[in-house]
Amino acid sequence: MDVGLFAQYVMNGLMLGMMYALVAVGFTLFFGVLDVIKFSHGDVVTVGAFTALAAFAGLHALGFNSPWLDLVVMLAIAMMAMAALGMLIARYLVMPLRSAPALNTLLITLMLGTVLRESVRLFYPQGGNPKPFPALLPRNSIDLGSFNLRLDNLLMLAAGGLVIVGLQFLLNRTKLGLAIRAVAQDEETARTMGINFTAIVLITFAIGSGLAAFAGVMNGLYYNEINFGIGLYLGVIGFSAAIIGGLGSIYGAILGGFLFAGLQTIGTVLLPFASAYKDVFAFAVVIAIMAWRPTGLIQEKISERV
Amino acid sequence: MIRTGKIITAGLMAAVLALAAGDVNAKDKVKVGFIGPLTGGVAVNGIGGRNSADLAVKLRNADSKAKYEYELVVLDDECKPNVAVQVATKMAADKDIIAAATHYCSATAIATVDTYHKFGFPVIVWGAVLPDITYRNKYAEVHRVNGTMINQNDANADLISNLGYKTVAVIHDTTDYGKGHNEYFSKALAKIGKAKIVGTFGVTAEQQDFTAELTQIKALNPDVIYFGGLTPIGVRIRSQMDKLGIKAVFDATSGIVSDAYIQGLGPLAEGTLAFREGASTEKLPGGKFFMEKYNAQKYDNPPEAYGAFAYAAMDMILNTIEKVGPDRKKVIDDLGHVIDRDSIVGKITFDDHGQNTVAMITKYVIQDGKFVEWDESEYASGKRKLPGQK
Repeated sequence: MDVGLFAQYVMNGLMLGMMYALVAVGFTLFFGVLDVIKFSHGDVVTVGAFTALAAFAGLHALGFNSPWLDLVVMLAIAMMAMAALGMLIARYLVMPLRSAPALNTLLITLMLGTVLRESVRLFYPQGGNPKPFPALLPRNSIDLGSFNLRLDNLLMLAAGGLVIVGLQFLLNRTKLGLAIRAVAQDEETARTMGINFTAIVLITFAIGSGLAAFAGVMNGLYYNEINFGIGLYLGVIGFSAAIIGGLGSIYGAILGGFLFAGLQTIGTVLLPFASAYKDVFAFAVVIAIMAWRPTGLIQEKISERV
Repeated sequence: MIRTGKIITAGLMAAVLALAAGDVNAKDKVKVGFIGPLTGGVAVNGIGGRNSADLAVKLRNADSKAKYEYELVVLDDECKPNVAVQVATKMAADKDIIAAATHYCSATAIATVDTYHKFGFPVIVWGAVLPDITYRNKYAEVHRVNGTMINQNDANADLISNLGYKTVAVIHDTTDYGKGHNEYFSKALAKIGKAKIVGTFGVTAEQQDFTAELTQIKALNPDVIYFGGLTPIGVRIRSQMDKLGIKAVFDATSGIVSDAYIQGLGPLAEGTLAFREGASTEKLPGGKFFMEKYNAQKYDNPPEAYGAFAYAAMDMILNTIEKVGPDRKKVIDDLGHVIDRDSIVGKITFDDHGQNTVAMITKYVIQDGKFVEWDESEYASGKRKLPGQK
């Protein structure tokens, strides 16, 4: 394989991995503070992407035509709307079920995911069809042999990296982060120390869901196409990535996301049989990893759990 | 359904009484059947087919030279295989019904072939496209006037070869539909022998990311990417081809012939090739005649894409009964020797599986956001060029 092709595969894998990681981080955050698995997370990605698309249509109707302004407004609206949705889900669906078995939360969020997905399909104008997503980033690209290096991909990778670094900073260097970590570590003690438990949980869900909206917009910009089903698949993969990384660990989720993308790429490129089996391959490796390290690659140390 | 049956029975009794009353010159009554989806999501197609079959019967009854007077028995398969088997059994078990034009949906048509075979009931499929309906078994009872995905892929391979393309990469979804397209396209291309397939990629029908497959295809540098699958992933693949800077021709199937494909891609849809069984009714040899007669009947619904085929199927049944008489065995025997028979959809020739081999295929290219027939397009005239077109 020549260098250009190899670089292209690496680029494809990095873009995929970034999206998976952003979704996986949400799973791991929610698990951290409440020990719950919120299966509607993938569909929040979808709703976020469609909210951004609706915002774009609105901006166009109002006569705004600057790509950068559009993008900033779309991101802001989508992330804020999804943060609000995340808080609503946490407040009215997840928190009331705290004393019920964890399975109930899993089920109720699974059902909510279906409701969100079907709502997009039914209520967004022609929501059942694939929708073109505007290409708002500069479309310059350089052909380096067989490698097509695109500026928009680089910008998206950089933005995704910044978001993850920002999240790290928030969790490790701010008072809010300290409170989130305290709640994650021990709810009772955190309460006795004067931390408003409910507020922290809601903020965590807002952060995780805002990240989902970010991933949704990134998905739209990358593929220039969104549809009501994107979240289902991203949800399953994000969840698997969080599990192999070690639920509760931010680094684990990021590692898991990139690992899964790498496995899918390898599955397509190196295996002799057709690419139809790439997911079979990737998930089989995930199963093997889970058998080997049942608590994930980066094991949850209680003191560092987020 | 039962009510329709009752009404028909009542009508028949009335007719018998009228006969008894003394019309000595009355013709013998012969029953023929029609099955299609009259309720549910694809009901418009079923009703269009029903009206068209009804038109064939009405025109025949109005013809003074006809030897028999025909009566159409209509049943609804709801596009559901289980319902289809029930109504097919009901119709085939009624010995008074000589033959039928059956099924729009592939799922119902394939589910009922065994029933027709068991009862020795001759049918002509008027709308379903799955090749297996005629080709899985060799049932003398089952025929089809419309084309299959085989005909479509023959036309596709033919066009690609004639345009001088040498290398093709295939992407298909891994359902029966996509696998069928892959199989028949590959065979057709190999038979012509001008272009070769450099790689085949099976993908799942829900897949989002195709960059890994497309990067491999990019390395193979084919002239054409053939895609056997439906609109949603067709949109994704075409869009991601552009992202990776792949300039090949995007050559798709009937699976993407819908406005959603163009809306999903915008300007990127330009130059996509697609193929479809059948043709717009006006383009058929007898299309004008058919539409005039159809409109004169003032049906509530248009005939839809396959109405003309339902008419042709019913008309062929009536011709055969006129020729050999109302006897199922003789009808089957006669339908076994159909060569170059005229019909409103063009000449019909059945092969040894009862499949019409000269089925009409329409070739499309997307030009300025519309599916334009290839022969009328600016690509065919040379005014515009597909990537790599000579």
